[in-house]
Amino acid sequence: MNNNKENKVKFAFLLDLESAYKTLLRNKIRSFLTILGIIIGVGSVIATVSIGQGASRAIQNSINSMGSNLLIILPGSSSLGGIHSGFGVLPTLTLSDVYAIRKLPAVKTDSGMLGMAQQVIWRGNNWSTLINGANSSFTVIRAWSVVKGTFFTPQQVASAANVAVIGNTAATELFGLINPIGRIILIHNVPFTVIGLLSVKGFNAFGQDQDDTVVIPITTMLEKIAGTTWVHAIAVSAKSNKDTVTAESEITALLRQRHHIPLHKPDDFFVRNLTELAATANSSANTFTILLASIAAVSLLVGGIGIMNIMLVSVTERTKEIGIRMAIGAKKSDILKQFLIESSVLSLFGGILGIGLGFGISSAISAFSPLKTIVTTEPIIISLVFSLCVGIFFGFYPAYKASRMNPVEALRYE
Amino acid sequence: MANDYDIRDNVPLIRLENIGMVYRIGDIAYEVLKGINLTIENGEFVSIMGASGSGKSTLMNILGCLDKPTSGSYFLEGKDVAGLTSDELAEIRNKKIGFVFQGFNLIQRLSIIENVMLPLYYSGLHSKNSEEMAMEALKLVDLSEKGNKFPNQISGGEQQRVAIARAVVNNAPIIMADEPTGNLDSVRGADVMNFFGKINAERGATIILVTHDRHIAGYGRRLVTVKDGMIISSDVINI
Ligand SMILES: Nc1ncnc2c1ncn2[C@@H]1O[C@H](COP(=O)(O)OP(=O)(O)OP(=O)(O)O)[C@@H](O)[C@H]1O
Ligand SMILES: [Mg+2]
Repeated sequence: MNNNKENKVKFAFLLDLESAYKTLLRNKIRSFLTILGIIIGVGSVIATVSIGQGASRAIQNSINSMGSNLLIILPGSSSLGGIHSGFGVLPTLTLSDVYAIRKLPAVKTDSGMLGMAQQVIWRGNNWSTLINGANSSFTVIRAWSVVKGTFFTPQQVASAANVAVIGNTAATELFGLINPIGRIILIHNVPFTVIGLLSVKGFNAFGQDQDDTVVIPITTMLEKIAGTTWVHAIAVSAKSNKDTVTAESEITALLRQRHHIPLHKPDDFFVRNLTELAATANSSANTFTILLASIAAVSLLVGGIGIMNIMLVSVTERTKEIGIRMAIGAKKSDILKQFLIESSVLSLFGGILGIGLGFGISSAISAFSPLKTIVTTEPIIISLVFSLCVGIFFGFYPAYKASRMNPVEALRYE
Repeated sequence: MANDYDIRDNVPLIRLENIGMVYRIGDIAYEVLKGINLTIENGEFVSIMGASGSGKSTLMNILGCLDKPTSGSYFLEGKDVAGLTSDELAEIRNKKIGFVFQGFNLIQRLSIIENVMLPLYYSGLHSKNSEEMAMEALKLVDLSEKGNKFPNQISGGEQQRVAIARAVVNNAPIIMADEPTGNLDSVRGADVMNFFGKINAERGATIILVTHDRHIAGYGRRLVTVKDGMIISSDVINI
């Protein structure tokens, strides 16, 4: 019995839905124009959020590709903003700084680095690339593996051996399809044996091709190529993500002490925490996404007002029908329900079309720009719920007005 | 709930006591009904006549629980309906009263059968057999073939018969018709009136009919004449 009644209620609800659907289909163009605001609103929310998510994924990826828990120590004071002249290296960091930093508790491993653009020659081919002087821990810090051959050992660093590990782009330019391992290349007229080929890493956050490089021991770099004892940068891998902050303060204290910097003087180096940088970049991407999405959400509200407008018109047009329904026994709540379902179906339909539009925009952006957008379920569910709420909220006043009509007057309406 | 309206032997179906209806437009009050007293027994077929503007439709709206009088009492099956809320009145209209209007008043958007089913929908009785009930009602007015058409696809006489089917589908004990033949020629009008006679005779429904037409009024068995908001006569019709 109870079950039967429940079935009837369900049945009645389906009928309401069907009737609302039919009513809206009778006036296709008007219904479409009414929900255009919702379509555009939901569409732009989905699209902007997918752009934002894509961007923040891209930032995350490129920062991760630089290495894990990475700190970069650069010479010069942070007040200069880390701008390098490009003509040589500020003389503050040395290889012995590198060895001292290695012993700090929060530091897992480190690598002194000196980067320099140099001509590299193999047989007739020459190619200008970035020569990186590094320690044997380079692969760990930069989370970069060797796909062919080996990386150089601590012994080879200690003895300043003439060995080189080559990045994929530089290898292709110099050797083409020939296996580079075991070949002798000339860097700054010094011969080096290629002992390894690095895996492909792609572009970094600043748009540089990270694979266009040759890595040699930092000691060899300092003695035979650069002819200096100053290093360009020290890359440090902290023990864990949490330890990056500890490592930063340990390094600062250590270097101030080693460089004999009095208390009132600023540092002659600065430490960049890439994990923090990633977090900052991410949060600004998020802020931007939220800002754009809320602007888009405003058009949802405007769409809601459009729905209210049309529902008011619809209620007036159908005054006679309301009167007939009341005469044969419709209660206030029946009339209210009828119009609320209509406005909800309308806006929900707008929401669904809007999701389609958002998907379209998002995949168009993916197809025609380097940014890979990401559509997640969250904004879809939120926009569906939101458009349903818009329909109920803005449909309520017209529906309420309809339910309050006097049956005699409504019946007299022509 | 249903028990509240049970017909008791000694109680008339409808009893109006000193019903008054005053419309106010600005400062001016129009007294449209002046102390109407009327009793209608179960199973009667009453015709109400009167000049245009005499208050017949106003009286009908009160009888049909569409409107409330400004004074007097209305007992339906012995129960005073004055204090009822608009939803309670809606329920009475749904269960007890079927309306037939001059202008047919079908919902154009709905098919014939859907129009006939609508009262069942609002009575919460809606189920699979509501379609059967609607078909049965359509059969009563000889329109069982037209269920899937729409109001604008059938003639005026047929539309009015659909309205009759809709009025009886819930087995309402009272059928109220305000000028049901007003928009029809005499042949279609007679046709429609025969169905009222049939419903009265076969189903025992009480019929209250408002008309201008003496001939149409003759289908009833009692004639109530209204003049200037008052009942001036109530006579048995001799055939
Ligand atoms: N809502 C209203 N406001 C003001 N006056 C009204 C209203 N409804 C009806 N009247 C007036 O009440 C009087 C009776 O109206 P009613 O519709 O009951 O007449 P009727 O007898 O049905 O006439 P007809 O035969 O032309 O249909 C008329 O003078 C009409 O102008
Ligand atoms: Mg009238």
